[in-house]
Amino acid sequence: MSTQITDVSPSNQNLAQRLGISLTEYQHICQNLERVPNYAELSIFSAMFSEHCSYKSSKKFLKRFPTTGKRVLQGPGENAGVLDIGSGWAIAFKMESHNHPSFIEPYQGAATGMGGILRDVFTMGARPAASMNSLCFGTMDFDRTQSIVKGVVKGIGDYGNCVGVPTLAGQTLFHSCYNRNPLVNAFTLGIVKANQIFRGFAEGIGNAVIYVGAKTGRDGVHGATMASKEFSTDKELERPTVQVGDPFTEKLLLEATLEAMKEQLVIGIQDMGAAGLTSSSFEMAHRAKTGLEIDLDKIPARESGMAAFELLLSESQERMLLVTTPEKVAPLKEIFKKWDLHAEVIGKVVSGNRVKMTKQRQVVVDLPVELVTEPLLANRASSPPVDLKQRWFLDRNRMLVATLQSKFQSLIEELNFANCEPLITQYDSMVGNRTVGGSQDDAGVIRVREMGEKEVRLALKTDCNPRVTWLWPREGGRRAVSECAINLAVRGAEPIGITDCLNFGSPENPEVIWQFEESIEGISEACQALKIPVVSGNVSFYNDTDGKPVYPTPMIGMVGIIEDKLPLPHSNFYSTQLELALIGPVEGGLGGSLMASSWFKRECGQPEETDLALLDRMLKFLQRLRKKKITYAAHDISDGGLLCSVLEMAFHSPYDCTGVDLHIPSGCDLDRFLFGETIPRIIVAYDSVERGDIENLASQAGVVFTHLGQTNDSSIFAVKQGGAQVLSSKLPDLKSAWNQKWKKFFK
Amino acid sequence: MKTGIVTFPGSNCDDDVYDSLMRSGGFELTKLWHKDTPELSDYKLIVLPGGFSYGDYLRCGAMAARSPIMEKVIEFAKRGGLVIGICNGFQILCESGLLPGALARNLSLNFICKDIKVTVETSKTPWTQTIEARSTLNLPIAHGEGRYIISEEDYQELIKNEQVVLTYQDNPNGSTHQIAGLCNKEKNVFGLMPHPERASDLRSKDGLKIWQSLKSFLGQQS
Repeated sequence: MSTQITDVSPSNQNLAQRLGISLTEYQHICQNLERVPNYAELSIFSAMFSEHCSYKSSKKFLKRFPTTGKRVLQGPGENAGVLDIGSGWAIAFKMESHNHPSFIEPYQGAATGMGGILRDVFTMGARPAASMNSLCFGTMDFDRTQSIVKGVVKGIGDYGNCVGVPTLAGQTLFHSCYNRNPLVNAFTLGIVKANQIFRGFAEGIGNAVIYVGAKTGRDGVHGATMASKEFSTDKELERPTVQVGDPFTEKLLLEATLEAMKEQLVIGIQDMGAAGLTSSSFEMAHRAKTGLEIDLDKIPARESGMAAFELLLSESQERMLLVTTPEKVAPLKEIFKKWDLHAEVIGKVVSGNRVKMTKQRQVVVDLPVELVTEPLLANRASSPPVDLKQRWFLDRNRMLVATLQSKFQSLIEELNFANCEPLITQYDSMVGNRTVGGSQDDAGVIRVREMGEKEVRLALKTDCNPRVTWLWPREGGRRAVSECAINLAVRGAEPIGITDCLNFGSPENPEVIWQFEESIEGISEACQALKIPVVSGNVSFYNDTDGKPVYPTPMIGMVGIIEDKLPLPHSNFYSTQLELALIGPVEGGLGGSLMASSWFKRECGQPEETDLALLDRMLKFLQRLRKKKITYAAHDISDGGLLCSVLEMAFHSPYDCTGVDLHIPSGCDLDRFLFGETIPRIIVAYDSVERGDIENLASQAGVVFTHLGQTNDSSIFAVKQGGAQVLSSKLPDLKSAWNQKWKKFFK
Repeated sequence: MKTGIVTFPGSNCDDDVYDSLMRSGGFELTKLWHKDTPELSDYKLIVLPGGFSYGDYLRCGAMAARSPIMEKVIEFAKRGGLVIGICNGFQILCESGLLPGALARNLSLNFICKDIKVTVETSKTPWTQTIEARSTLNLPIAHGEGRYIISEEDYQELIKNEQVVLTYQDNPNGSTHQIAGLCNKEKNVFGLMPHPERASDLRSKDGLKIWQSLKSFLGQQS
């Protein structure tokens, strides 16, 4: 039956349902069209009404984000958000997910994820200057984890390295909830002149619509929406839905596009991402309130005999849609020819509000733009999990009876406490000659060399704590933002903007919607308190593994600015004669901590709420500390608590003999002091002569200063309480175990 | 000092070299396009930058070595003109026959990017004449195919002519005799896997030492 369907076959309710369109949606379409859509048109609705393209379940919640600020030049809704960084320069950045493809085919899934995010940035006119990746993998006892890790890392590396964009810090974590649904979130930031930002507008009646880049094949057709067995008998449709990336073509497309923009040959531009030509054409017309006429026969096709719906829904990579005036078509084509790329005029901008497409002179699509771009919003039910209170129970007694040594051992064996070097050395982190601070520190730092004398530096970080978010989504949202802000601040940067990548389970599950709503509230609360706008983002629903949603993972990507010329603070023990202090609360909460998960083999306890006012004071303290122009190291306390943070500072020390003496302040709870994860707490290390000054600064800023101990050259990590040694371990042994953990992935 | 930096399709360190030589000062920089065949006789230096020319298709550097501009570069080198190939540029020099040996996949089979230490083996080249022999340079590497291979017989030839310029202190990729960079017999063509242009002002400044040496050499000539 299916083989008889052509582009112009009239649709019906059953067909609509098979393409993922609900009865209500189908009736809404027919009523507005005053006729039944044909198959090609129905395919357009199927893609554009999919959750991935329409945001129909998430839109109303996303409105809660604060999106304005003095630096915001472009907020959410474009290919990427744009912030002003002064002296006529701006940055465009965004984060996107490529989760499902990365499970099916890890290498290509991750590679094409990189390709997509790079295009989102350079369509704005920005030259990509840095990328980061947030990766959530399953655990080692799941047989596919190793090959997924290997494939994803190689996919990201091969793509980003070839295009020549450095991959800096990011986040990698392992949890069984991601076994069958890893999360691959890619972030890219680009540099652009503030007055040369390009947008996805199909403006100017009579202007040419131009297709540029790679040819269109059948890859990715119905990638997001089609899961029907009925069509599987049709051989033409049995092609894999994961697209294949070609970073070499991407590099050429990047250079050709930026050159065309520089020569002022571009009016509007959009990447052909999800739902390919369909989304780019309708969205560009929608923004400019124009119509389009497109001749599908003009599309450079990789295969012959492609149907209209295939050309429309193909997700072939490395393609863009451009609009320019008729007289600029020839010079534009010349530039693309120079870079050995296709550029074909496929249509024109017309007045009115319809997109009309023809194939072999037959009209195959004739739809009003708004009907396609403004889908009915889904009203999803929301309810908290019934067992929330049980999740919040943490059996302190069982922890208290255990020895410190056994708890310490359990924590340092955690796969999530590991040196990420085996992974990040596979990414070119230095191409572009911008990388100031590496991937191993709290945040990656690049310089904006385009600015010459006025050069500023940017610090970048992605973060999310899914353990905390699962236990308490609102705190998870707050914490993702807070963690990023602290990470940037310890590197000396002032946070200026956020992009997000919200990874959740199925929106048809009321608990997932509750998690989503609460996380967004938490993110918004933190953004408001710290005055950081959200300028772009992405929602990824339907991340389920073994029938269960993944832990809610609202990944935050944050950018900070360093406008002074001072050297960056250290984030390691740069000397063996330093004094250490804890800034912030002496104890931290164990609810949702890595220690609790490691000890009880499950997430438990109520995470302590982040004190956003305190966080704001902490950020001010760090800014003032930096202005002192003294040498110091600062490192954030997060996963694994103070203990893991001190160890990380020691492991990154340039001296093999580095040792640490840690003194437990009298009267404090050992577990909460060493393993607690309340935000914000940081460790600072400095020469002892600076102690008075730092203590004064802390008291002026209203943050608690606690003396912690000192570094030495004994190569021993020792914890002392009231003069007695309660823990002692050889640092080189600990470091070697920490070094080895991820090496096995890449053998 | 008129300097040409060649852009192949897929070059991604051309801008970095430009930036680094600008910061060093004293170089008059021009970007050259792979499809062109310009007259190079008034140039003092040609740079083949790093990247993934032609997407590394066929073999790294193989297609670029046969591009129109390379005919001119080879001619220029044979007349004694200074040519430096960095990373992918080094691969192009080997593929075009200007340097002996070849570059193969890293032993680990993984791409490796990190700051490493190399030893300067000789000061008797234009590229290192102001750098003390046996001294250490901190330079970054970033490559998937940087394992230099050469037959033992040809290696003996390199040693005899003092062609080995840089060696790794902790061989990251399995290169034969730790070779990180070498020049031709005449010393005017230099290929190296580490990126001196990424060590001009950030993290390390040792890359500048190579540009300094070049300037001093060219200064003596004029």
